[in-house]
Amino acid sequence: MQFDLHIHKTLQSGQRRFELDVVVRSDCQRLVILGPSGAGKSLVLKAIAGLMTPDTGYIHVAGNTLFDHTASINLPPQRRQLAYLFQDYALFPHLNVAQNIAFGLAHGWRNPSAKVQDEKVDYWLEALHIKALARQMPHELSGGQKQRTALARALIAEPRALLLDEPFAALDQPLRISMRKELDSLQKQLNIPMMLITHDAEDAQVFGEHVLNLQDGRLINIVKDAA
Amino acid sequence: MNPAWTALLLSLKVAGWATLLNLIFGIGVGYLLARKRFPGRDLLDTLLTLPMVMPPTVLGYYLLVLLGQRSALGAWLQDHFGFSFIFTWQGAVIAAAIVAFPLVFKPARAAFEAVDGQLEQAARVLGISEMAIFFRVTLPLAWRGILAGVLLAFARALGEFGATLMVAGSIPGQTLSIAVYEAVQAGQDDVANTLVLLTSAVCIAVLLLAGKLAPGRIANRM
Repeated sequence: MQFDLHIHKTLQSGQRRFELDVVVRSDCQRLVILGPSGAGKSLVLKAIAGLMTPDTGYIHVAGNTLFDHTASINLPPQRRQLAYLFQDYALFPHLNVAQNIAFGLAHGWRNPSAKVQDEKVDYWLEALHIKALARQMPHELSGGQKQRTALARALIAEPRALLLDEPFAALDQPLRISMRKELDSLQKQLNIPMMLITHDAEDAQVFGEHVLNLQDGRLINIVKDAA
Repeated sequence: MNPAWTALLLSLKVAGWATLLNLIFGIGVGYLLARKRFPGRDLLDTLLTLPMVMPPTVLGYYLLVLLGQRSALGAWLQDHFGFSFIFTWQGAVIAAAIVAFPLVFKPARAAFEAVDGQLEQAARVLGISEMAIFFRVTLPLAWRGILAGVLLAFARALGEFGATLMVAGSIPGQTLSIAVYEAVQAGQDDVANTLVLLTSAVCIAVLLLAGKLAPGRIANRM
């Protein structure tokens, strides 16, 4: 089972109450959760990454137990070995592209140097066609370039799975189409399970081997595509 | 040596140590108030802001009560180390540090609050420990805002008068501001003039430097 999860979480804020209750069992390499904003998609991704702790349930990804309420297992995000692509990329503004990509490789109290030289970094700069941008700062990059940098940073540590939060929402239409293609071939090449959340049915069409519809914190029906 | 230079050196020594203390505690307290929720958080913020609005002589009086030889702490220090904060330059450091503290922890808190929490989350997912995240992400992004406050606090500590007079009024050699006061009291106008010009020049230099590091400049750069 690639994704085997049961996430239950109740959020209360004043009078408003939101209940997330999601059960997913999927052996697909490409899982898409489709739903309008406010449906709780990001919460699912955050729970898997360990950035939000569910009230009850369990989370197994690619055969690893990341969270299990009854067994009192709750791995910190640092030990989950997942790649997370944030919607607005969350690049470190004080570090250049190469430093951002090398960030997770250095575990001490110091950041990689601005002139960082590393085979792995070079490989990912090459693979995502951003070699020429290695010494640029994030604020000098376009949306697509930021996304490539964020992808390289997330994938360099050879994660167990790739989590993508609305990866194409911030891109314009032509770029969206080309980045979809690129992500498509990248996923095939890496062969790691991927979960993508989106409000865009087109994303779901392109990527979803297995598409789940999330509304108001609950999955409403499951569409399984033969492809 | 010219007494004006002696006074300047003592003032720089006192302000330097006070600023070092404030740097360490200001960053710690600023981070705590910006990122942690705990009972008494607002009260702590208020208490630490008090030195900004209270008369320095009142602060100095509190310090006398807390650190003087009739206090538990003062007696203990005297018995075990033969040391007293009262009427020593170390006492002047404590007085200057407390008076200038709000100028450090307030901007530090604001600077930490301005750091996007998502960047810290991204670092967590990348496997970086909490301590390393503080030194690699949070502190570098908040640094300039903190530094501007630290320089202001240094200037404030340099000019501290009221609380210092209470705690360390007659230490051997005097800080600039106390020397000015005493020169005027003694009718030595020429000494007072030199001291006043010297103090003004140092404070202007520090403020110019602080202005260069004001947070607004970074916002433009990002």
